[in-house]
Amino acid sequence: MYKYDSYDQAMVDARVAEFRDQVRRRLDGSLAEEQFRPLRLMNGLYLQLHAYMLRVAVPYGTLNSAQMTMLGDIADKYDRGYGHFTTRQNIQYNWIKLEEAPDILADLAKVEMHAIQTSGNCIRNTTSDQYAGAIADEVVDPRPYAELIRQWSTFHPEFSFLPRKFKMAVIASDTDRAAMRLHDIGIQIVRNDAGELGAAFYVGGGMGRTPMIAPCINAFVPIDQMITYSEACLRVYNRHGRRDNKYKARIKILVHELGKDEYTRQVEAEFAHLLTQNIEPPLAELERIKAQFADPPFEIALDETVDRSDPDFAVWLDNNVQVHKAPGYAIVTISLKPVGGIPGDASADQIRLMARLAKRYSFDELRVTHAQNIVLPHVRKADLHAVWQQLDEAGLGTPNLDKIGDIIACPGLDYCSLANARSIPVAQKISERFAGREQEIGELKLKISGCINACGHHHAGHIGILGVDRKGVENYQLLLGGSEGADTSLGTITGPGFNEEGIVDAVEKATSVYLANRQDGERFLDTYRRIGMAPFKDAIYAKDAV
Amino acid sequence: MKILTGNDLKTGAVTWWTGEGWSLHVAEATDVGEHGDEIAARENAARRVVAPYVIDGENGPDGPRPAHIKDRIRALGPTVRLDLSVKPADPDAGSYVI
Amino acid sequence: MVETQLRFRDDEPAGDPAVTVDSFGEQTNASAVRIEPGDDARVLLPHLDRIRLVEVNFPVFGDGRGYSAARILREAGYAGELRAVGDVLIDQLAFLRRCGFDSFAPEHPLNAADAEAALARYPEVYSPTVDGRPAIWAKRHGLA
Ligand code: HEM
Ligand code: SF4
Repeated sequence: MYKYDSYDQAMVDARVAEFRDQVRRRLDGSLAEEQFRPLRLMNGLYLQLHAYMLRVAVPYGTLNSAQMTMLGDIADKYDRGYGHFTTRQNIQYNWIKLEEAPDILADLAKVEMHAIQTSGNCIRNTTSDQYAGAIADEVVDPRPYAELIRQWSTFHPEFSFLPRKFKMAVIASDTDRAAMRLHDIGIQIVRNDAGELGAAFYVGGGMGRTPMIAPCINAFVPIDQMITYSEACLRVYNRHGRRDNKYKARIKILVHELGKDEYTRQVEAEFAHLLTQNIEPPLAELERIKAQFADPPFEIALDETVDRSDPDFAVWLDNNVQVHKAPGYAIVTISLKPVGGIPGDASADQIRLMARLAKRYSFDELRVTHAQNIVLPHVRKADLHAVWQQLDEAGLGTPNLDKIGDIIACPGLDYCSLANARSIPVAQKISERFAGREQEIGELKLKISGCINACGHHHAGHIGILGVDRKGVENYQLLLGGSEGADTSLGTITGPGFNEEGIVDAVEKATSVYLANRQDGERFLDTYRRIGMAPFKDAIYAKDAV
Repeated sequence: MKILTGNDLKTGAVTWWTGEGWSLHVAEATDVGEHGDEIAARENAARRVVAPYVIDGENGPDGPRPAHIKDRIRALGPTVRLDLSVKPADPDAGSYVI
Repeated sequence: MVETQLRFRDDEPAGDPAVTVDSFGEQTNASAVRIEPGDDARVLLPHLDRIRLVEVNFPVFGDGRGYSAARILREAGYAGELRAVGDVLIDQLAFLRRCGFDSFAPEHPLNAADAEAALARYPEVYSPTVDGRPAIWAKRHGLA
């Protein structure tokens, strides 16, 4: 894992001091709210429905146990005993006091963490594959490249007042686990025929009210020009992205309006110029970072057998455990989606327990996934039963990864001031309704957003649900057929919306159509793609038989 | 009726204008009539509130009640964590927002 | 005319009033020009040798186009005064400085002590720009 040196530490320490000073000036009246707002946002501090909310960055989703423990302690000390893990691999606290925010940042800095650029019209936290460094299908571990981007983008002087927020993701395998093409810039680290590493740039993806899948604008940027190329992409956007309309300000609109070819031409011209400016870190810097992501000392000749005699454990194994690249090890995903629970929420005690498990069983490492779960990346197969038992006792053993109960849900109207409808109660009702039938239904990714901003990725759900406001009453639209893997697609709205009960029934009907039509081995998404919308629509909107 | 609401600058807590100061309970809110913006500007300048705004409300049996569900959830707290709401002891508190 | 509150140069300030980018092309003797957010700084590049002052206007601080304009001019070798004018606030000073601005004429005067603290805040920088400060990676690898 990346370890700060004195330079990195000095930067976050300076940030804490700066924010403390900004808060002081806000409280003594020298800064008006209009001026303070962008400053607090660049430190992840929002004003939400009930209080201030703090979003803490988890760069590329990787944490050690000391950091995770601190996240739990902060939940107890400054919040109300819990935190919410988000689709962008961050954690949010919902009940923060402005006066205490600088102290929280100071506590975070003690464990090499921060809330820098977790909001605002700047380059946000860079996300990555939650299985990085543990899965066999990657070309390289993508995290060193994400760390290079983290440093480049942190306090970038030219790109801190962009037209709109800017999100980047870096992956390094063909199986996309990070929704890479739904980011402002998605980078896939690839190897060419000559065996050299490069970065494929996908620019202009996003969700929100105009969801778009990013086109590839350059399939191979040499790896020692990745930062310069990023700079070129950003400069063209900073200069020409729309600033007249907040809803058209994301880079996806610029790429769409200019056309991919014209945008690419401008980027290439800027890139040619920037190559003369020597802004690229040397390969030695990449090597320095890579050394810190070296594999942990995996033991060899470990026992491969796992005792499956406990049936509950066996179900969990089949759902939540993935094949690891090292023999004798496995990747464990901890579901933060108990039946009827709040997706992504974890109590301070649960957070600290996961930290202890990571320390004891996973070489001190954890990951946050974009599906709002937690991963223990390197667990010995021989320890799986012990890990499962401790998780299960703490309510963290739900065996439902990628099943219908593993719902992504944004905070919705229970917490979010932009929401049109509540997301969490819908998620709770669906997970209760389908409890016990999850295995039968198989892989089904269900995603809920409380408004068109799409924080819950509803466009990319096999089943998506979007909360809308119908004359002051909560209403829900249903979408089918979205996906965010290597086969990224956007969902289609079925038709008129539903109330809370109605949307749960509509999901039930959609799954029934799937079960009645599925052929061997088909997932919900496969069946939908084969038979199309019509049969689903017919069932969902059929007048009840008398 | 018109109700003035905002958040406490220091703590972020949701607050309601009572005519004399800010309360955590919407039931203590007063009808600000035409004066909402003026009070909001004054209180904002005095740094007793952040992001104040005026909403529609109606008088109910327990006092003023916001007309829109969003502000009723602000008044109560998250409906999925009633233990953290202003009525932690009332299991049926969530029905207030509907 | 708003006063220049902070200036990090020793030469005499240019006396001429700044003209718009459009009229700059016609007035072949103008030596001071003012860039608005929508202007393309690159149209000035053929004329840099006769420019002594470029003012970059920030009508609202959240419009960051002026940062790119400034860097583009400096990257092309412009050595004259580069002045940020308009909605210039304390907490943007350090970024502006890093993009090549060397004078500041804020619409509302800044608290001098707070401004000084803000400019001195960060001991190091992650990304190199035109300001000559070595990036952290350069220091790590003995390149600075
Ligand atoms: C409660 C406070 C939040 C606010 C105010 C908020 C606000 C927004 C807004 C305005 C957008 C649309 C941006 C645009 O299209 O230009 C957005 C997008 C997004 N947000 Fe949030 N959000 C919040 C919480 C979350 C949470 C909890 C998550 C993760 C669960 C999240 C993840 C995302 C993602 C993934 C997108 C869509 C991707 C994109 O196009 O950028 N946000 N958010
Ligand atoms: S999708 Fe809408 S309701 Fe949900 S968190 Fe984002 S902004 Fe809030």
